[in-house]
Amino acid sequence: MRAERFSQQGRGLTVIDGALALIVMLLMVQIWLLSATLDAYLAGHGEAALPGAIVSGLLFAVCAGLYLFVRRIERAAKD
Amino acid sequence: MQTKQQKTPLWREEFSVFKNDERYVSRRQLTKFLTLTSLAMFAGNIWILVRSLWKGKAAGLPGVAIARAGEIPVGGVKLFQYPVQGEQCILVRTAEETYAAFSQKCTHLSCAVYYSKESQDLVCPCHEGHFSVHDGSVLQGPPTRPLPAVTLQRRGDELIAIGMTNTGAD
Repeated sequence: MRAERFSQQGRGLTVIDGALALIVMLLMVQIWLLSATLDAYLAGHGEAALPGAIVSGLLFAVCAGLYLFVRRIERAAKD
Repeated sequence: MQTKQQKTPLWREEFSVFKNDERYVSRRQLTKFLTLTSLAMFAGNIWILVRSLWKGKAAGLPGVAIARAGEIPVGGVKLFQYPVQGEQCILVRTAEETYAAFSQKCTHLSCAVYYSKESQDLVCPCHEGHFSVHDGSVLQGPPTRPLPAVTLQRRGDELIAIGMTNTGAD
Protein backbone atom coordinates (compact mmCIF):
# COMPACT_ATOMS: atom_id res chain seq x y z
CA MET A 1 0.00 0.00 0.00
CA ARG A 2 2.76 2.41 1.03
CA ALA A 3 4.89 1.42 -2.01
CA GLU A 4 1.93 2.01 -4.29
CA ARG A 5 1.40 5.46 -2.80
CA PHE A 6 5.07 6.39 -3.34
CA SER A 7 4.91 5.12 -6.93
CA GLN A 8 1.80 7.24 -7.55
CA GLN A 9 3.51 10.27 -6.02
CA GLY A 10 6.57 9.73 -8.21
CA ARG A 11 4.41 9.63 -11.34
CA GLY A 12 2.68 12.81 -10.21
CA LEU A 13 6.03 14.57 -9.82
CA THR A 14 7.09 13.48 -13.31
CA VAL A 15 3.88 14.87 -14.81
CA ILE A 16 4.36 18.15 -12.92
CA ASP A 17 7.97 18.38 -14.10
CA GLY A 18 6.75 17.99 -17.67
CA ALA A 19 4.16 20.71 -17.21
CA LEU A 20 6.83 22.97 -15.68
CA ALA A 21 9.15 22.45 -18.65
CA LEU A 22 6.29 23.33 -21.01
CA ILE A 23 5.50 26.51 -19.05
CA VAL A 24 9.16 27.57 -19.19
CA MET A 25 9.18 27.13 -22.99
CA LEU A 26 5.92 29.07 -23.38
CA LEU A 27 7.29 31.83 -21.18
CA MET A 28 10.41 32.13 -23.34
CA VAL A 29 8.20 32.51 -26.42
CA GLN A 30 6.13 35.12 -24.59
CA ILE A 31 9.21 37.13 -23.58
CA TRP A 32 10.44 37.09 -27.18
CA LEU A 33 6.95 38.12 -28.36
CA LEU A 34 6.85 41.08 -25.97
CA SER A 35 10.29 42.33 -27.02
CA ALA A 36 9.44 41.92 -30.73
CA THR A 37 6.10 43.73 -30.34
CA LEU A 38 7.73 46.56 -28.39
CA ASP A 39 10.47 46.90 -30.98
CA ALA A 40 7.91 47.00 -33.81
CA TYR A 41 5.79 49.56 -31.93
CA LEU A 42 8.78 51.82 -31.30
CA ALA A 43 9.73 51.54 -34.96
CA GLY A 44 6.30 52.92 -35.88
CA HIS A 45 4.54 49.64 -36.71
CA GLY A 46 1.59 49.84 -34.34
CA GLU A 47 -0.31 47.20 -36.35
CA ALA A 48 1.81 44.47 -34.70
CA ALA A 49 0.34 45.28 -31.27
CA LEU A 50 -3.03 43.51 -31.72
CA PRO A 51 -1.76 40.12 -32.94
CA GLY A 52 0.99 40.29 -30.32
CA ALA A 53 -1.55 40.83 -27.54
CA ILE A 54 -3.82 38.04 -28.82
CA VAL A 55 -1.01 35.47 -29.04
CA SER A 56 0.36 36.56 -25.66
CA GLY A 57 -3.11 36.14 -24.15
CA LEU A 58 -3.37 32.62 -25.59
CA LEU A 59 0.04 31.71 -24.18
CA PHE A 60 -0.98 33.04 -20.78
CA ALA A 61 -4.22 31.01 -20.94
CA VAL A 62 -2.21 27.85 -21.64
CA CYS A 63 0.17 28.65 -18.73
CA ALA A 64 -2.79 29.23 -16.41
CA GLY A 65 -4.35 25.98 -17.57
CA LEU A 66 -1.12 24.13 -16.84
CA TYR A 67 -0.98 25.70 -13.38
CA LEU A 68 -4.50 24.47 -12.61
CA PHE A 69 -3.50 21.07 -13.97
CA VAL A 70 -0.48 20.98 -11.63
CA ARG A 71 -2.72 21.82 -8.67
CA ARG A 72 -5.14 19.08 -9.61
CA ILE A 73 -2.38 16.51 -9.97
CA GLU A 74 -0.94 17.57 -6.60
CA ARG A 75 -4.28 17.15 -4.87
CA ALA A 76 -4.91 13.81 -6.56
CA ALA A 77 -1.49 12.49 -5.54
CA LYS A 78 -1.90 13.62 -1.92
CA ASP A 79 -5.37 12.09 -1.49
CA MET B 1 -19.09 15.86 8.09
CA GLN B 2 -15.85 17.71 7.30
CA THR B 3 -13.91 17.14 4.10
CA LYS B 4 -10.18 16.44 4.11
CA GLN B 5 -9.45 19.89 2.65
CA GLN B 6 -11.25 21.57 5.55
CA LYS B 7 -9.38 19.44 8.07
CA THR B 8 -5.93 20.37 6.72
CA PRO B 9 -5.15 24.02 7.36
CA LEU B 10 -3.39 26.02 4.63
CA TRP B 11 -0.18 26.49 6.65
CA ARG B 12 0.18 22.71 6.95
CA GLU B 13 -0.20 22.34 3.19
CA GLU B 14 2.41 25.02 2.51
CA PHE B 15 4.87 23.89 5.23
CA SER B 16 4.62 20.19 4.91
CA VAL B 17 6.71 17.99 7.21
CA PHE B 18 6.74 15.15 4.67
CA LYS B 19 9.55 15.26 2.13
CA ASN B 20 7.41 14.05 -0.80
CA ASP B 21 4.71 16.62 -0.10
CA GLU B 22 7.39 19.30 0.15
CA ARG B 23 8.50 18.51 -3.42
CA TYR B 24 4.96 19.10 -4.61
CA VAL B 25 4.74 22.41 -2.78
CA SER B 26 8.01 23.73 -4.24
CA ARG B 27 6.95 22.74 -7.77
CA ARG B 28 3.50 24.27 -7.37
CA GLN B 29 5.02 27.51 -6.09
CA LEU B 30 7.44 27.65 -9.02
CA THR B 31 4.56 27.01 -11.44
CA LYS B 32 2.56 29.80 -9.78
CA PHE B 33 5.50 32.20 -10.07
CA LEU B 34 6.01 31.36 -13.76
CA THR B 35 2.28 31.76 -14.47
CA LEU B 36 2.29 35.19 -12.82
CA THR B 37 5.33 36.11 -14.93
CA SER B 38 3.34 35.04 -17.98
CA LEU B 39 0.52 37.31 -16.80
CA ALA B 40 3.00 40.19 -16.55
CA MET B 41 4.15 39.55 -20.14
CA PHE B 42 0.51 39.58 -21.27
CA ALA B 43 -0.08 42.84 -19.39
CA GLY B 44 2.94 44.32 -21.19
CA ASN B 45 1.45 43.38 -24.57
CA ILE B 46 -1.91 44.87 -23.57
CA TRP B 47 -0.13 48.07 -22.53
CA ILE B 48 1.52 48.32 -25.96
CA LEU B 49 -1.87 47.71 -27.63
CA VAL B 50 -3.59 50.41 -25.54
CA ARG B 51 -0.79 52.90 -26.25
CA SER B 52 -0.98 52.07 -29.93
CA LEU B 53 -4.77 52.54 -30.09
CA TRP B 54 -4.75 55.64 -27.91
CA LYS B 55 -1.99 57.40 -29.86
CA GLY B 56 -3.72 56.53 -33.12
CA LYS B 57 -6.82 58.41 -32.01
CA ALA B 58 -4.94 61.38 -30.55
CA ALA B 59 -5.37 64.76 -32.18
CA GLY B 60 -2.76 65.95 -34.69
CA LEU B 61 0.23 67.94 -33.59
CA PRO B 62 0.08 71.72 -33.71
CA GLY B 63 1.62 73.75 -36.52
CA VAL B 64 4.59 75.76 -35.29
CA ALA B 65 6.71 78.23 -37.25
CA ILE B 66 10.30 77.12 -36.76
CA ALA B 67 12.33 79.25 -39.18
CA ARG B 68 12.26 81.63 -42.11
CA ALA B 69 13.29 80.24 -45.50
CA GLY B 70 16.54 82.17 -45.95
CA GLU B 71 17.45 82.20 -42.28
CA ILE B 72 20.03 79.43 -42.47
CA PRO B 73 22.61 78.86 -45.25
CA VAL B 74 22.83 75.66 -47.33
CA GLY B 75 24.42 73.02 -45.08
CA GLY B 76 23.44 75.03 -42.01
CA VAL B 77 21.32 73.87 -39.13
CA LYS B 78 18.90 75.33 -36.63
CA LEU B 79 17.77 73.73 -33.40
CA PHE B 80 14.19 74.04 -32.27
CA GLN B 81 11.78 72.35 -29.86
CA TYR B 82 8.83 70.40 -31.21
CA PRO B 83 6.09 69.30 -30.55
CA VAL B 84 6.55 70.34 -26.90
CA GLN B 85 9.18 72.25 -24.94
CA GLY B 86 12.15 70.04 -24.15
CA GLU B 87 11.82 67.86 -27.27
CA GLN B 88 14.87 69.05 -29.15
CA CYS B 89 14.81 68.83 -32.97
CA ILE B 90 17.27 69.75 -35.70
CA LEU B 91 16.46 71.53 -38.97
CA VAL B 92 18.95 71.08 -41.83
CA ARG B 93 19.02 72.99 -45.10
CA THR B 94 20.29 70.27 -47.41
CA ALA B 95 20.00 72.23 -50.69
CA GLU B 96 18.88 75.65 -51.87
CA GLU B 97 15.19 74.79 -51.61
CA THR B 98 15.31 71.59 -49.54
CA TYR B 99 14.91 71.35 -45.79
CA ALA B 100 14.71 68.35 -43.48
CA ALA B 101 13.98 68.21 -39.78
CA PHE B 102 14.32 65.38 -37.27
CA SER B 103 14.20 64.73 -33.58
CA GLN B 104 17.69 65.26 -32.21
CA LYS B 105 17.37 62.28 -29.89
CA CYS B 106 19.27 59.22 -31.16
CA THR B 107 17.04 56.12 -31.21
CA HIS B 108 19.84 54.06 -29.66
CA LEU B 109 20.53 55.67 -26.28
CA SER B 110 19.09 59.18 -26.73
CA CYS B 111 22.31 61.13 -27.28
CA ALA B 112 21.89 64.33 -29.33
CA VAL B 113 22.69 63.86 -33.02
CA TYR B 114 24.43 66.59 -35.07
CA TYR B 115 24.71 67.30 -38.79
CA SER B 116 28.04 66.41 -40.35
CA LYS B 117 28.83 68.51 -43.45
CA GLU B 118 31.64 66.11 -44.43
CA SER B 119 29.56 62.95 -44.57
CA GLN B 120 26.26 64.84 -45.15
CA ASP B 121 24.37 62.80 -42.60
CA LEU B 122 23.25 63.02 -39.01
CA VAL B 123 25.78 61.56 -36.59
CA CYS B 124 25.41 60.39 -33.02
CA PRO B 125 28.71 61.09 -31.23
CA CYS B 126 28.16 58.51 -28.48
CA HIS B 127 28.36 55.29 -30.51
CA GLU B 128 28.95 56.51 -34.08
CA GLY B 129 25.41 55.96 -35.27
CA HIS B 130 24.74 57.56 -38.68
CA PHE B 131 21.30 58.56 -40.01
CA SER B 132 20.28 59.71 -43.48
CA VAL B 133 19.57 63.44 -43.60
CA HIS B 134 16.89 62.79 -46.23
CA ASP B 135 14.58 60.37 -44.42
CA GLY B 136 16.20 59.70 -41.03
CA SER B 137 16.90 56.02 -41.83
CA VAL B 138 19.83 54.26 -40.16
CA LEU B 139 22.96 54.20 -42.33
CA GLN B 140 25.34 52.55 -39.87
CA GLY B 141 26.01 51.98 -36.20
CA PRO B 142 24.07 50.45 -33.34
CA PRO B 143 20.67 52.20 -33.76
CA THR B 144 18.01 49.93 -35.25
CA ARG B 145 15.20 52.46 -35.66
CA PRO B 146 15.07 55.61 -37.84
CA LEU B 147 15.03 59.10 -36.37
CA PRO B 148 11.53 60.55 -35.92
CA ALA B 149 11.07 63.03 -38.78
CA VAL B 150 9.35 66.38 -38.46
CA THR B 151 6.90 67.06 -41.30
CA LEU B 152 7.53 70.51 -42.74
CA GLN B 153 5.29 72.82 -44.72
CA ARG B 154 6.29 76.06 -46.39
CA ARG B 155 3.91 78.98 -45.99
CA GLY B 156 5.31 82.04 -47.73
CA ASP B 157 8.84 82.38 -46.44
CA GLU B 158 8.09 80.56 -43.22
CA LEU B 159 8.79 76.92 -42.47
CA ILE B 160 6.06 75.33 -40.37
CA ALA B 161 6.38 72.04 -38.47
CA ILE B 162 3.02 70.28 -38.80
CA GLY B 163 3.62 66.77 -37.46
CA MET B 164 6.00 63.90 -36.87
CA THR B 165 6.50 60.46 -38.39
CA ASN B 166 8.41 57.35 -37.23
CA THR B 167 7.62 58.26 -33.65
CA GLY B 168 6.57 54.77 -32.66
CA ALA B 169 3.00 55.90 -32.28
CA ASP B 170 1.73 55.94 -35.83
